[in-house]
Amino acid sequence: MRSFRFDPEEILETIKMVQMENLDIRTITMGISLRDCAHPSLAAAARKAYDKICRSAQSLVAVGDTLQREYGIPIINRRISVTPIALVAESSDADNYVLMAEQLDRAAAEVGVNFIGGFSALVHKGMTPGDARLIDSIPRALATTERVCASVNVATTKAGINMDAVARMGGIIRECAELTRARDGLACAKLVVFCNAVEDNPFMAGAFHGVGEPDCVINVGVSGPGAVLSAVQRAPEADFGELASIIKRTAFKITRMGELIGRRASQRLGVPFGIVDLSLAPTPAQGDSVARILESMGLERVGAHGSTAALALLNDAVKKGGAMASSHVGGLSGAFIPVSEDIGMIEAAAAQALSFDKLEAMTCVCSVGLDMIAIPGDTPAATLAAIIADEAAIGMINRKTTAVRVIPVPGKGVGEWVEFGGLLGRSPVIAVNTHDCSAFVRRGGRIPAPLQALNN
Amino acid sequence: MAESSNRVIVTVVGQDRTGIIAGTSRVLAEAGVNIVDISQTLLEEFFVMIMLADMARATVSLDELKTRLAAKGTELGMRIDVQHEDVFKFMHRI
Repeated sequence: MRSFRFDPEEILETIKMVQMENLDIRTITMGISLRDCAHPSLAAAARKAYDKICRSAQSLVAVGDTLQREYGIPIINRRISVTPIALVAESSDADNYVLMAEQLDRAAAEVGVNFIGGFSALVHKGMTPGDARLIDSIPRALATTERVCASVNVATTKAGINMDAVARMGGIIRECAELTRARDGLACAKLVVFCNAVEDNPFMAGAFHGVGEPDCVINVGVSGPGAVLSAVQRAPEADFGELASIIKRTAFKITRMGELIGRRASQRLGVPFGIVDLSLAPTPAQGDSVARILESMGLERVGAHGSTAALALLNDAVKKGGAMASSHVGGLSGAFIPVSEDIGMIEAAAAQALSFDKLEAMTCVCSVGLDMIAIPGDTPAATLAAIIADEAAIGMINRKTTAVRVIPVPGKGVGEWVEFGGLLGRSPVIAVNTHDCSAFVRRGGRIPAPLQALNN
Repeated sequence: MAESSNRVIVTVVGQDRTGIIAGTSRVLAEAGVNIVDISQTLLEEFFVMIMLADMARATVSLDELKTRLAAKGTELGMRIDVQHEDVFKFMHRI
């Protein structure tokens, strides 16, 4: 077998990862700058945006399909991220930007992508009139469109936390839930509130095309919790050093697939290759769960004491393994812990093994934050704002991206179930602390940026 | 790294039976695809045949070859996949 450049074992390992362990490319995301689409008339700006998106992304879906067939690696989603719309729309005289969201939705449907991200504003230090109009447009924009995703960055390590924006977002999340009451508050699943948002994230709902990015770029998000899970399961006796090595090796291989698909997509679309986001992104499917990896390390249920340590090991090993596999790693890169999108998390929440507070603790060491958590529909805006403030504080102090994507499910209380469908999954409603925090949130102003020294 | 090679890896997985190599090879020959190497092994209880093949002189597209081999696989009761060699190169070689 000298002419084979591969050991049959290696070939089988790859086949097994794809066919039995759900290894896939989660998304090819095309980032498109809409900075050249600003116009005094919002209708004209929206038309320019529509045209540019359709022109830039016309081959995105077809190229994704071809690569999937040639390489035999499933590519689950093709998506688009655009310049934060507040920057594009604010030179118009419109008092709300819903029209722009509708055109983004149409463009996404036209080119065949399931989500388009970037109905966004970056307000970590302060808000322009355009930012305010964008934020106030979010509930209607998300309620009246299918594919548009919104995000707002309310804090950074360098600027601190904009508590006025945080307070406002509490109310916006409530409005999103109310406007989509008939669909269990689905609009909230398309809205992310960030601290330290990244400019090249290919994953929804938080993707946007940052201002430091080129005109058009291809970013790739890989996944593969199943492949990591079976590697961990094959080593029940391994100590943590060995376990970390096993995860690193697997993450390396998973990320290489992202690197390959990203480079090829970039060549064929004639668009520069940005980054590989080497995240472990779960789905509600069996065998595609991050929670199961933590449990396979020896925890009865995710949420048990030890879960934060297990997640810290996993997240770090994924980054170390993936970093060597790609020439440009970026995005969020790490293990995601959404609740409704991960079968192990769903079961742990149902068994009351997983509390809101434990989830918050786990976000200190995972790649993003409080993600896809169904909470009681009567959660006040001030409490939602305080949840955002806590999560932003974790991100700000730890110099990492954190985010909040919670759904106060209208008319539902703790323990009742909510179905979002598809990749968004299902979940029981989880309790939040009901003690009042409104006076705290009402203070307004900014929480100052932290010291970057004297770290203890 | 440029797309240079025309080589693909054909994998056949299933219960062992007669005619697997003959059946698969015929499909490849009819498509003008040259078999460079063949290897067989067992993965748990399954029979696995791996072929390295060169599509430089192929008379059909990779898509068409996949379709024909998948049909042959159904006929033989096996799963037959074709993937560009780069998948394995990227995953297993630095």
